[in-house]
This record gives sequence, structure tokens and C-alpha cells, in this order.
Amino acid sequence: MLGYAGKFLEVDLSNSSFKNTTFPKEWLMDYMGGRALAAKILSERLIHKWEKVDPLGPENLLFFMTGPFQGYFPGGRTCVTGKSPQSNGMVGSTVGGEFAVELRCAGYDGIIVSGKAEKPVYLFIKDSDVELRDAISVWGKDCKQTEALLNRECRKLLAERYPRVGVWKQPAKLYIGPAGERSVRPSAVIAKWTHAAGYGGYGAVMGSKNLKAVAVKGTGPLPEVADLEKVRRMIDDVCKGCYSNVMWRRYGTGGGGYSFGADTSSEPVRNWQEEWHNQRSYGVDQFENKVWVKPAWSDFGCPTNCLKISCIRAGKYKGAISDNPDYELQAFLGPNLGLFTPEENVYLSSLIEDLGMCGIQGGSVLGFAAELFQRGVLTKKDLAGLELKWGDVDAFAVLAKRIAYREGIGDVLAEGTHRAAIKLGKMKGKNLLPYAITGKGISIGAHGIRSGRDFSREIGYACSVQGGDHTSMTDLPIDGWGSEIWTIFNDSAVMCIFTSFSLKPNFRYEFYNALTGQTLTRKGWLQGGGIKTLEIQRALLLLGGPDLTWNPNADDDNPERFYEPLPTGPCKGQAADRASVQEKVKQYYSQAGWDQNGIPTSETLTKLKLEYVDESLKRLRS
Amino acid sequence: MGSFANLISMFWHIAGLQDIVCFSKLSRLIGTVLETSFQKEGARKLGWNSEQENNAIWISREFSKCSGCRKCEIACSLQKENKIWPEASRVRVFMLVPGAEFPHLCTQCEDYPCVEACPFNALGVNKDTSAVVVDAEKCTGCGKCIDACPGKVPHIHPQTKKVLICDLCGGDPKCAKVCQEGGWNCLKVVKRGDHEFKLYSRTPEETSRNLATKMYGEKAEEFM
Repeated sequence: MLGYAGKFLEVDLSNSSFKNTTFPKEWLMDYMGGRALAAKILSERLIHKWEKVDPLGPENLLFFMTGPFQGYFPGGRTCVTGKSPQSNGMVGSTVGGEFAVELRCAGYDGIIVSGKAEKPVYLFIKDSDVELRDAISVWGKDCKQTEALLNRECRKLLAERYPRVGVWKQPAKLYIGPAGERSVRPSAVIAKWTHAAGYGGYGAVMGSKNLKAVAVKGTGPLPEVADLEKVRRMIDDVCKGCYSNVMWRRYGTGGGGYSFGADTSSEPVRNWQEEWHNQRSYGVDQFENKVWVKPAWSDFGCPTNCLKISCIRAGKYKGAISDNPDYELQAFLGPNLGLFTPEENVYLSSLIEDLGMCGIQGGSVLGFAAELFQRGVLTKKDLAGLELKWGDVDAFAVLAKRIAYREGIGDVLAEGTHRAAIKLGKMKGKNLLPYAITGKGISIGAHGIRSGRDFSREIGYACSVQGGDHTSMTDLPIDGWGSEIWTIFNDSAVMCIFTSFSLKPNFRYEFYNALTGQTLTRKGWLQGGGIKTLEIQRALLLLGGPDLTWNPNADDDNPERFYEPLPTGPCKGQAADRASVQEKVKQYYSQAGWDQNGIPTSETLTKLKLEYVDESLKRLRS
Repeated sequence: MGSFANLISMFWHIAGLQDIVCFSKLSRLIGTVLETSFQKEGARKLGWNSEQENNAIWISREFSKCSGCRKCEIACSLQKENKIWPEASRVRVFMLVPGAEFPHLCTQCEDYPCVEACPFNALGVNKDTSAVVVDAEKCTGCGKCIDACPGKVPHIHPQTKKVLICDLCGGDPKCAKVCQEGGWNCLKVVKRGDHEFKLYSRTPEETSRNLATKMYGEKAEEFM
């Protein structure tokens, strides 16, 4: 099919075997790629035994997916997914970088990894030459070291094997750090030091499979498309739209650390006890003038360059390097921990990224622990001498390392905020879940709902099939602008939304059609791949297991904290309205074709020709 | 080099150009007679008349402004291959250290060592643009030009197995155009003038180390 490389690479780590696979054209037409296609493949293969599949066991499948947009639509991203060790459902997580472009140039639309390697390995792909290599030289290394070592080793291999073709560029790489190696659930799949597929915990899945990294060099062209001239014109339109967005290009999300506190009052402050701050020390100008050493950093084809690079060149935190940090890390490794300076934020972001942890999930579990310390639930003794006070960046750094290496209390916190709340609650004889600001096991992104001023909505997290994932929130009506159906499109096409703000609603379908020669419309996606993926992901989320399952009646809800009135700021006193949320959740059920218990109905699934999903959901209905 | 005849030729040349830019640099030129006459040697080798020399362009490069977006690679491969094909692009963005991205492309050395090194006379110089041109019929992909290039810039096309060298798009380089459109200003078309072009031809390793050290200080050595 036009717009596709034409095959997928399947890797079985248990017996070091590879094969090329194709999927029916109807699957590609319906599900496109990325998140949606992975949901289809994953459910076809594992839904019949989903509850028994340990996300951190060899039977789980790990997907590295591209989509037809990759390489053409400005902004490089790769979708990483599988059964999530955080939600026990499936989370389509995407990460920036050139990996998808290299993979498509190597001739693959995606990689599906199964099994578990006997010892640490990394996957090295040069076009159709695929091999598993001993990862002894990189296992245990942090992410910055891993990037350097893999570059050196892979470029040496390329030069030896393919001599006299000139100097080889770096291959694109995805890798894990020490946290992923130890299957720490809040760990991420990392690219380019600082880019992370964080939601879902797929760094832990890679670690559980003894897969340290995937490196790929593709020397072919991008797959042929249906109408190149039109695609080129449309790329220009995307770029022009971005170029006119001057301030967005200049700051990216780097202004968020201040503005989501001061203006929208929706930023996690001290583990969401507050959502407002107006600390001038945390202004974007402070980041720009104090720590940004590169004012524009882009991934493949990107006109926005929302990323910047920060480096601390003097003082206590000298040598710390991160990106902006972007808003999420500014929030979670900043005000969320009572930190309000760029230097502390960059230092902690740099550390978290080196360890291969997700800044959101990692920052959330650090904030959770600090609140327990504030409340006397966790003691200095529990923390092996650590006083985990708000604003003490050094204490948080120590704890982050203990989590990544699963030392002492870190071993419990390494299970992620939700599971740690359950475990510690049992140890302490207390209900600690009210302090875990999560949705379906996934710590909620840094966009609170209480102020009503942010883009997050009342049921955005409660009804998302990806739980607390702020990039996959949903809203009523199901065909409205805020619906999750459209985020599924973005993660499946696979496209970056930070280059797409200026586009008309139909632009992405026209772009898809110009690439593939199909005739997809917005309505077609809504009634086809979009809704089908939503139903599949919902089914997998509800089947859950093996360690946790979700009860829609209790868990399709906001964290308890969002019902507590905001204590400070311009929206003081505001909180989510429980009755309104419950009412909207029920409406959402009905619009999504789910029954009163939130389970997709047989009628819905049959209409969508998802009988195999319906068959498995019978286990829930009985 | 540096001979009296060269010196005379140089001044004749400059006077003949009537170019204010060149005049403004007169004092500097006199101070670096050796180097400059060496360049003029290169120019004469091209058989340039003053008009041609005046029209000749160069792509100036300011690596610390590179965002790593690879739009130059995309534009180049679309122009030359009618495809997006990073490995077949004449300009290649290296990222041996994240953040230290830069476009690696031919700098049109004054003495064209690649052209000299080709055993098959497959390389030549376009007199209007100063660009190295490849005669694909004659190129065997032997790689001698790569060895001769101080920056190891040329590389072999992954499919045709012929060498790839920037030809300045015949005087309208698409890489610089997209870089300018985006306002990055890393690649910019300027008059060729009398710069020490060969200085800019450095290996990706050397440039990466320079840029990374400039950004990250001593920490950079860990990333190489």
C-alpha cells in the first residue's frame, strides 16, 4: 500500500529469531499504524488470555511503530506500546526523534518484539540486516552514556561492514536506562538523551525482556506516496503555519512552568495540594537567560523547534543537561516538589533522564513520597535517614536514584505511585490512595481540572482509555473536538501535534489521502479506526490483570484530590463537581457504546466487526 | 605560490573586480598574501574571469544555529532524487552528540583535492558556481575523493553507488533556502568572495567535538 514500507519486523528474543510479517491491507486501511494498528495486532494475539499476561513477562509484546505520516509530516515521532505495566491495558506512547524515519528507510513499518533474551542484548538493524548484539558494554549505563557508546559501536560496525562509502552518520536509537533495566514501572523508553515515551512504562517492558536498545540505520528512501507534489505543498503549509507562530517557536512549552501555575492555576504544586504559584524565579525568561544553551532544537522535519537545550555550566549542579525542560518536567520536577528555580529543575530533569525514568511518573512518585513524609506517614527511618522536605532537591535526587536502582523504600516506590500507595498502605495500615494522583495506575499529566482554565476537562482522565495520560484526554461529545478519537488518530498516523496547531480540521485526512491514495474522511475515522481502537483499548483496560483490575464504577473517576477545593490562587475554593462528573461519565458510556458498567456492549462490538473482542469481554460480563 | 607574479595578478584581479567588498578587505589581503595568492591560484585554475568570480556563491555555515531539523536533507533529496531520502542527500546532518547537530556539506576548497584525487576524471568544477560536479558515467565509487577530502564530506549513494557531492543546485541551493525560510540562518548563500574555504572542511568527529565542548564544556568529552 502506498505510504507504507510494506512489512513489519518480528523479533523473538527467546530464541533470537527474526521474521518479516505483513498484515492484511484492510487492517492498514482501518487502523493506519502506530497506536491503532498496534491495538489491533496486540488484541488479536493476546486478548484471549489478557488477564494472565504479565506486562513484565516474556509473553507480553512490545511494539515500536511508525505510521504513514512519519518522515513526511513535519516532526519525527515513534509510537511505543504493548501491555502496560502501569495500567495493565494498552497505552500508545510516543517519543520524538528520527527512529521512525530511519526504520521506514530501512524498509519496516514497525517492530514487534516478543519473548525474553537470556542475557542483555540490543537490536541492530541496517536495512534488511538484522541482528541481536551482546549489550554488555551498555547494560548498567545511564542514558547519556548509552547514546555515546551505541553511536561509537554501531558506527564502527557500519564502517567495517560497509567500507568505502564514506563516513557513516549515527543510527537512530531507542534505549533504556538503569530504571528500565530493573523494570521500574515509572521508567521510559528514551531517545536523544531527553526524549521519552514515558506513559505506559515501556522502559520497564524493554528491561523485562533484557532489551537495552534498538539501533537502526536505513539507507533507502521513505516509502513512495500517492501524490508527492500535493504532499510537498501540504508540508509547506504546515511549516508556514508554524513559522507564523513566533512565540511558540521561541519558547515551546518552556513558558508553562510559570504560566500553568500563575495563569491557569492547573499545575501540580506539592503533589497537587495546590495548583497555583506565581514564583517569578520560575519564569520562562529565567530559563532562557540562565540555562538555555541551544535556543532551537528540532526532530526530523520540524519547523517548530519547541525544544531547547539547557546546560548548567557553573555552580553546584554543573554538568546537568536536559531539554527545556518541557512543561511537564518543569512542573513535575519543579513546583510539584516545591522547587522553583531553573537550575534545580534542570539538575533533577537531567538526573531522571539519565536514570531512564519518566519525568511525569517519576516526579509523581517523588511528590507522593514527599507528601507522605509531610504527613508523618513515611518517616526518616522508612527513608533510611532521608528528610524528604519540599524544596530539598538533593533529597529528591537521592530518592530518585534509590527508585531507579530499587534500593530500600525505592523498591516499593519503583512500582509507581498507584501500586506504591497500595503497598505502603498495607504496610502502614492506612488508605494512602487519596495521595496518589493517578488515573488507572497512570500518574496524571500536569494539567489539573479544578480551575477549569486549562484544556483538561472534568472527565478527561476519568474516561480516557489511557488513564492519566494528558496527551490522550477525552471529552463529551464523543465526536467533539475534545474526544479521544482524535488523539488516537495522531498517535496512529503517527504525527506531532505541536506542528499542527494552524491546520484546519480536515487537513490531516487530506494529508493521509495524499500519502496513501485512500479517501479517508473525518467521519470515516470516527466511525472506523478511531472508534474501533477506542473499543479495543477500553476492552484491554478493563480486562487488566494480572496484579490489578479496574472497576469502572469506582475507577472511571478523578483522583480524590480533584474534589478538594483549591486552597490558593485566583481559583481558590474551586473543585471538580462529583455529581456532574458522574453524570458525564454515564453520558460518555452511552455515546461510546458502553453499558451501565462501562463495558463495550456486544451490539457495539458486533457492529464494528470486533466479535473477537466481544468474545473476551464475556469473561467480564459473567 | 607567493611569487611576485602572483602578487601582481592578485592586485590586477581585485582592481578588475571593482568590488567594494573586496576593496574593504584590501588591508587584510595584503597581510595574508601567502594565503590569498593561494586562493587566487585556485581561482585561476578554474579559469575564472572576473564576472564569473563575482557571480560565484558559497553556502556560509554557522553550525551553532543548527536546530537539527534536517530540512536541508529533506530539501536536497527532494531536489536531487525527487524523494525524501536522508542517506542520498548531498548535505547530511550529523548528530554524534545530541544538541551538537550540524549540516555536513562540501565547502568547495580552493584547491579541490577531491577533483585532483579522482583517478577517473569523474570530478570537475563548474566554472559558474565553483561547485564540484560528478560525472556519474565515469565515477566508479572508488572513494578516492573521500580519502582526499579533509572533512570526509563526499559519500556514496546507497543505490547508484556513485559519489555524492553538493553541486550548489546550480547556484540556487535548496538547503540554504529552507534554512532561511525557517529563520534558523545556519546555512546562508553568500558571494563566494575570498574566504579560506578549506578551513571549513572538517570531519564530523572534529566538528562534533568542537560544538559539544562549546555547549557542554568539559562534560562533552564523555559524549564523544
